[in-house]
Amino acid sequence: MPLQPRLPSNDVVIERSEEEREKKMRVRYQVAGMFSILLLLAIGLLSPTSSVSAAADGKITGTVKLDGAAPHMKGIDMSKDPYCVKQHENNPAHLENVVVGAGGGLENVVLYISEGLSGPEASQTPTQVPVFDQKNCMYTPHVLAMDVNQKFKVVTSDQTTHNIHPLPNPLAGNIPWNKSQPPGAPPIETSWKTEEVAIPVKCNIHPWMHGYFVVVKGPYATTDDKGSYTIENVPPGSYTVTAWHEEYGKQTAKVTVAAGKPGAADFTFKAK
Amino acid sequence: MRRNIFNGSLVLTAVAVVAFCSFSWAQMTEFDENQRLGMESHIGKLTGHASAAAGSYRRYCVGCHGVLGDGEGENAQWLDPKPRNFTLGIFKCRSTTTGTLPQDSDLYDTIGRGLDSSNMPSWNPLSAQQRADLVAYVKHFSARWVSEKPGTPIEIPPKPEVTADRIKAGQAVFQKVECWKCHGETGRGNGPSAATLTDDQNRPIQPFNFHDNNRFKCGTSDEDLYRIFMTGLDGTPMPSWSDNIKPDEAWDLVFYLRTLQPMKSKEKEIARQIGLKPGATSAAPAAPAQQ
Repeated sequence: MPLQPRLPSNDVVIERSEEEREKKMRVRYQVAGMFSILLLLAIGLLSPTSSVSAAADGKITGTVKLDGAAPHMKGIDMSKDPYCVKQHENNPAHLENVVVGAGGGLENVVLYISEGLSGPEASQTPTQVPVFDQKNCMYTPHVLAMDVNQKFKVVTSDQTTHNIHPLPNPLAGNIPWNKSQPPGAPPIETSWKTEEVAIPVKCNIHPWMHGYFVVVKGPYATTDDKGSYTIENVPPGSYTVTAWHEEYGKQTAKVTVAAGKPGAADFTFKAK
Repeated sequence: MRRNIFNGSLVLTAVAVVAFCSFSWAQMTEFDENQRLGMESHIGKLTGHASAAAGSYRRYCVGCHGVLGDGEGENAQWLDPKPRNFTLGIFKCRSTTTGTLPQDSDLYDTIGRGLDSSNMPSWNPLSAQQRADLVAYVKHFSARWVSEKPGTPIEIPPKPEVTADRIKAGQAVFQKVECWKCHGETGRGNGPSAATLTDDQNRPIQPFNFHDNNRFKCGTSDEDLYRIFMTGLDGTPMPSWSDNIKPDEAWDLVFYLRTLQPMKSKEKEIARQIGLKPGATSAAPAAPAQQ
């Protein structure tokens, strides 16, 4: 297509442009056609990926193990409160700082994405409400993970009075509080406003009752009694996953989640 | 020669960079400090200014609470309980719910009243304006006063008439919500959990013995007593009860607690007349060993 010169006289241009316009149109139609084919192809190719990131149903799975002999967990003397003693008549209570299951699986490890998360997945707050129960004068679960601003509930199943006293660092943004829960008290529903790994929580009345709230940003998981975990709702991408345990501290691993292919990361903590 | 000049210029640059950095850092901290020194307090018609209190703070408070307000003054090591760390913004005596900042008037009252059985004396000899200024100064140590608003004070309904029934009901509340776990069956501060109590800094702390005196930490009036257990004493094992004790029951409990004190009280007189003994009653289930 020749470059159309800017001509001073109008009448000449009109005649030439008739032909030119037709040619141009033809070229345009061809280009448009090619574009639309490309576009369709692109949509076809990209659609499985885009649906994954929309639903964010990628996963990171793995197991956390303890290398070496698990430390002895002392039995708990609950004689201060006869109700608590009665609940443990047939199953003596032990500390739960280190709970190791079959095959060395480490329970109560919280896994979360510490780097690489961006966009809506990082700011989305889950709607499910995790529950922290005071049952048989113990905390169930011992470690409760949650998202920033995610609502959680503190309930009591016991027929004895507890006080629930989380101790976050007020200089970091979360404020400590201390509430009572006598038998039959309504649940306490609240949330934490900043990330904090981890907030110790205790009952002053029963000094052995000790647990943690782990407040993270984005998807998280806690290991089960076999030490395995699955972090759901992870969009494809490269991440740093952090595993936190109250006695053994933190470990990190690089994980890549691809479309339809879950990422995997196993961790091993060394027994002290 | 050339090398010397080169070296010299390097040193000069380094010095310049360091100087610039420290200067900007100094400027930043100064900015922060100045911003917070603009802190005010409002107690009734009084307005306190942090900027006006630096002198009184240095004279009266710094020895225990420290230059930084972190409770690490030079006397702190000799004191028990320890001086308050103002940087955390956590206070025992509040009219507001647990986990919230106190009202300015709460801090003002604490400064004026002092804290019984601690080294914090009453500062009533200072003028009202000086105390109001000090409230603003105490607030300026914590950034929480910039980012948060004080909590709403809990509502205290007017005090009902004391009756024998109310005192008995108060005793039942004491049993039901299990105050005795820390404060003891008869309120002597010797409950089963008393020995293991610690404050938020993990230092041992004792529950109040109601037979000792009636000078509670956060005020001595019936309303103060009501407020103490309903809001809880943040930073200590004493939780908030406002979710679990109804206002009516709370007044009953106040009346019962007044029968325990060694000083004369109307409640004590009524308790004597009806032969009420502190501790578990037959009306309420006996405290321990029950499920």
